[in-house]
Amino acid sequence: VIIARRNVWSGGALLLLLMGVTLLPFASMFTTALHQSGTYPQGLDWPSDPHWGNFVKAFHVANMGTIFKSSVLIVLAVVPVAVVIATMAGFALGQLRIHGGRPLFLLFLLGLTLPFEGVIVPLYYEIRNMGLLNTRWAIILPLIGLFMPFAVFWMRAHFLNMPHEISEAARVDGATTWQLFWRIHVPLAGPAVSSLGILMTVWTWNQFLLAIVLVDDPTKRTMAGALGAFQGQWGTDIPLLSAGSLLILTPTIIVFVVFQRHFVSALLQGSLKG
Amino acid sequence: MSETTTSSSRAYRAARGTSASRALHVRARDVRLRGWLFVLPALAAYGLFVLWPLVQSFKYSLYRWDGVAAAQWVGLDNFKTVFSDHELLGAVEHAFELIVFFSGIPVVLGLVVAGVMRRVASRRISSVAQAVLFLPQVVPLVAAGIAWSWVLSTSGVVNQTLSAIGLGGVTRAWLGDFGTALPAVGVIGAWVLLGLCTVLLLAGMSKIDPALYEAAQLDGAGPVREFLSITLPSLRQEIGVCVTVTVIAALSAFDIVYISTRGGPGDATMVPGLKIYQLAFFNREVGLASALAVVLMVLVLLCILPIQWLTRRGEES
Repeated sequence: VIIARRNVWSGGALLLLLMGVTLLPFASMFTTALHQSGTYPQGLDWPSDPHWGNFVKAFHVANMGTIFKSSVLIVLAVVPVAVVIATMAGFALGQLRIHGGRPLFLLFLLGLTLPFEGVIVPLYYEIRNMGLLNTRWAIILPLIGLFMPFAVFWMRAHFLNMPHEISEAARVDGATTWQLFWRIHVPLAGPAVSSLGILMTVWTWNQFLLAIVLVDDPTKRTMAGALGAFQGQWGTDIPLLSAGSLLILTPTIIVFVVFQRHFVSALLQGSLKG
Repeated sequence: MSETTTSSSRAYRAARGTSASRALHVRARDVRLRGWLFVLPALAAYGLFVLWPLVQSFKYSLYRWDGVAAAQWVGLDNFKTVFSDHELLGAVEHAFELIVFFSGIPVVLGLVVAGVMRRVASRRISSVAQAVLFLPQVVPLVAAGIAWSWVLSTSGVVNQTLSAIGLGGVTRAWLGDFGTALPAVGVIGAWVLLGLCTVLLLAGMSKIDPALYEAAQLDGAGPVREFLSITLPSLRQEIGVCVTVTVIAALSAFDIVYISTRGGPGDATMVPGLKIYQLAFFNREVGLASALAVVLMVLVLLCILPIQWLTRRGEES
């Protein structure tokens, strides 16, 4: 009993320590954000007169309202389209069992391991030739394509697990493929679709490489891309930079806290099936 | 929506019973063709913005091109450069060193933490700890990079703590020191990935049959023995997933390095992703950048395929 109790204590201590280390950078950023802008405070130091105004100032100098709107526009263009076309493809590969579905699926699977850096250089010239550099389309269109491997894979896994009898029954009763998809299978795919949507929203929000390569104007980028530009410009003003970073990462934390259950289980299933 | 479903399924049931089987037969072939229409939009997006650039990467890698003037065919010269230039080789080497931190720490520590959560911690604490440890996975890597640059800076928390416990002698700018910069970047990666691995491994542990442990205890096995002969083998698939995801993250690291060190000091933290970016968009060496990109993609596959093969043998894919 004594040993067991000691284990409980040391186990609890380990967890507390790791939680502390995990939260430390956020805490340090928070206390720093409250110092007079332009100063060099200590890493973790609560100021005697907190400058809450730094958040307002960061909001203005980073043009946060515009950037926020830009990110939302990009998410609204990417996520619904990606979800719909991935669901259709997953349905075809998982339920309809089309001819040549296996090699086609392997082709999508190939993209799962692909680092974005592998295609970023030709992508730049492709987007340039389309005349889309420095527009939001330069992020939106490639991102839809780059999400396809995971998204198709994810929806296929869902449709594979749906009993085939549902489709057969509907067929016998004369449903066309289109009706079968929209009226029977899409309503049943709710949980898989919403998990996918949440994941892709956060990934879009956090997308950095595409933003800095394809779009020069920070006000047309994603949040993460804009933060990169903000760091370039205000990197020496640590309190202001901290305040700006906190403003930019807060929405992702809110999404995480609200959808936590969804989020974790989505990532888990996603990577396990991967 | 459920209303539509029930009413339409009722309609189906009512209409059932005609010459269904023949119609089905005819339609089956039709459906398989029409199924391709469902894949087409996804395939188009994937082809246009992933497969096509991928092919182009291979093509560019065989040319010398500054992005403006006419490209000049150079065969495999760019690849020879990648494998002989010590700056480029160094970048690849750094990527492999990062694996130690990005994969090693999260998987080993993840196993310990998941074990602790499972066996000794109360359910409440463990679910809070899971959420907290998972947090770095959600915030933009850029923000993580900025936060850690500050934590590891001269006046950051790490040095503050070291000074407070009387180790003021070892304080330094961790990301600016040739000896510590790469491990410091590695620590940031470990911080990002620990939560993901912990949660994954924990989910795997909860699927292990408790009877196995009871049997082991009856046989007098200690905790270490239990871990080695039950926990570890049962988690083969989960460990495989953790290693796969983290190795890809290590080899293709970009955001964190870009923000925290830009590859410096000197080339101490240069990684392939950042080098590709610099070569293509600042040095105007599009061909060489593409050759490095091809090498990077091949390396990722060479690392991932054996891991997948080892951890998935004998399972349905």
